[in-house]
Amino acid sequence: MEKIYARTKGLRPDVVSGFCPGCMHSTVIKLIGEVLEEMNLMDKAVAVLGIGCCGLQMEYISYDNTTAPHGRACAVATGLKRANPNSLVYTYQGDGDFASIGLGESVSAANRGENITVIFINNGIYGMTGGQLAPTTLLGMKASTAPKGRIAEEHGYPMHMCEILNQLTAPYYLERTSCNTPQNTLKTRKAIKKAFQNQLDGKGFSMVEIVTSCPTNWGLDALKSLDYLNEKMLTEYPLGVIRDNG
Amino acid sequence: MERVFMKGCEAIAEAAVRAGCRFFAGYPITPQNEIPEYFSRRLPEVGGVFIQGESEVASVNMVYGAASTGTRSMTSSSSPGISLKSEGISYCAAARIPMVYANISRGGPGVGSIQPAQMDYLQATKASGNGGFEMMVLAPATVQEAVDMTVAAFDYADRDRNPVLILCDGVIGTMMEPVVLPEMKSDEEVAAIKEAKKSWAAIGHELDYEKRGWIQPGNWSTAIMQQGNQEAAAMYESWQKNDVQVEQFMIEDAELVIVAYGISARIAKTVVDKYRADGKKVGLIRPITVHPFPYKAIENLNYGQVKTILAVEMSIPAQMLQDVAMAVKGRCPIETCLCSGGNIMKKEQVMDAVAKLI
Amino acid sequence: MPKVEIRSESCKSCGYCVKFCPKQVLAISDKVNSKGYEYAAAVKPEACIGCKMCGVVCPDAAIEVYK
Repeated sequence: MEKIYARTKGLRPDVVSGFCPGCMHSTVIKLIGEVLEEMNLMDKAVAVLGIGCCGLQMEYISYDNTTAPHGRACAVATGLKRANPNSLVYTYQGDGDFASIGLGESVSAANRGENITVIFINNGIYGMTGGQLAPTTLLGMKASTAPKGRIAEEHGYPMHMCEILNQLTAPYYLERTSCNTPQNTLKTRKAIKKAFQNQLDGKGFSMVEIVTSCPTNWGLDALKSLDYLNEKMLTEYPLGVIRDNG
Repeated sequence: MERVFMKGCEAIAEAAVRAGCRFFAGYPITPQNEIPEYFSRRLPEVGGVFIQGESEVASVNMVYGAASTGTRSMTSSSSPGISLKSEGISYCAAARIPMVYANISRGGPGVGSIQPAQMDYLQATKASGNGGFEMMVLAPATVQEAVDMTVAAFDYADRDRNPVLILCDGVIGTMMEPVVLPEMKSDEEVAAIKEAKKSWAAIGHELDYEKRGWIQPGNWSTAIMQQGNQEAAAMYESWQKNDVQVEQFMIEDAELVIVAYGISARIAKTVVDKYRADGKKVGLIRPITVHPFPYKAIENLNYGQVKTILAVEMSIPAQMLQDVAMAVKGRCPIETCLCSGGNIMKKEQVMDAVAKLI
Repeated sequence: MPKVEIRSESCKSCGYCVKFCPKQVLAISDKVNSKGYEYAAAVKPEACIGCKMCGVVCPDAAIEVYK
């Protein structure tokens, strides 16, 4: 009998993560570890963690990492990668980090075509701070700072970051995936691997936007959150390759 | 030794490159635009990286990243842009990341004026960002000092694993003076500096949880946080013991002592010379490090002999005055000679202030 | 015969493995780990085909699969 699915070395073997039950942050972090292991990049990886639930992984992952000021991960990653091109630098950011406070740094890094990878976790809400409105919150979706739900006239519309970055010339690869099914989880893994390979090949900016659930702040249990993800989030944020210059 | 006629900002940039700086990110703001412009030409010549960041915020974060690899890295700005960098500098201090930055200061607050001022003293020395961290702050009074301090700043930053600030007013930044530039560090020396930081740098390490490069600008454990704060506090105390730099000019028999730094000290020195020529007993204490501040030099004056202290600053309200008062401890009156808003201190204004007191 | 091993201390009872197992091998048990979660367990281990979908979908990398 052989082990055909093992816990990746990218995660500390004896640590239980701080993520909530069903949180896909930990799924994605697991996938990243698997990809790094498979590509033999564990000793080259440097993760730039955004602020929020992203930061819960700092003692969970086994490899080099730093924490950027809120929103600034793409700038920090720019400095890390330009000063040390041999490392595999990726940012790991939520929707507030990437698309609200960090919008400037995100778009600018993409526009410069920085040879980094962005892992963008889009769950339509602010997790760590308790469920406030995010740039990606859906119309009608309730948030602690939009108690009547997102209203277009007051809050504007949900932001589609893959499509926004697709307006720029420089980005090389932009794909939106989810972890709502095993098949899509494997697709996410494949997209991450492709994005990392792009960096190794010096192709420039790659992003994988992963639509996920936040059971705690959606006020739903893990399985009901999957339903909301399938019915509502994936309608607003359709999965697929938005750009692939490969 | 090479002697070159250079503008302060450009001299700072050249000195940084010679000291082994191989990464600069910055954003345009008057009166320091020559710094990013110079780096943009110079760094590619030495295999370094220059980026015009999309903002001062982005720039300091790029430096946080680059410096985390062990590369000597720098950013610069002026007053309002320095405010933007607060959080980034605080992260560097918390995460023990060596980096150097320069404030070519101008009138404030707000967008203020584009002309020179010394109005960032309290921000620079007491509260550069959240969390109570401290930095060594060096205040040049000549372009030569700006050069020498830039080199020293990188050494202090690496020694302490901490940010270092060059608090340079807009006059020193934009004036031209002959300078002796330091020797250029060789590629081997630059590589060795980076290599020495390998154990903690975020560059990728062989899989070993205990030995990974983990840059921590904060920690979920309050015990670890407090431990870090205690270590930092001990380091700051050591500066007061070992790293104070001060110039004491004609103070042995002085009855009036001027305290001033940067361009104000330069102007005050000519006033001291003038009054000494007339037999008046005037002296000058010039903080060279404004942090650690030379409290002892002022504390240890003979207050039986010194009748007045005159604090000269290009800042209204006066800021360095607070540190002067802490050292004087009420043993003699402290008068001030101030200007602000981008006005440069006039020699005549200082002379009049002294005349009223002698 | 393929089998799954679930590290009970890592399980947070989210239910994804139960939902996505094509052979209904897994269920949330009535046993509780030290964090208070009722952890998942193989209730029909003989039905396991080693597809590893449970391992893939588990957020906490709590499941290892043998074939």
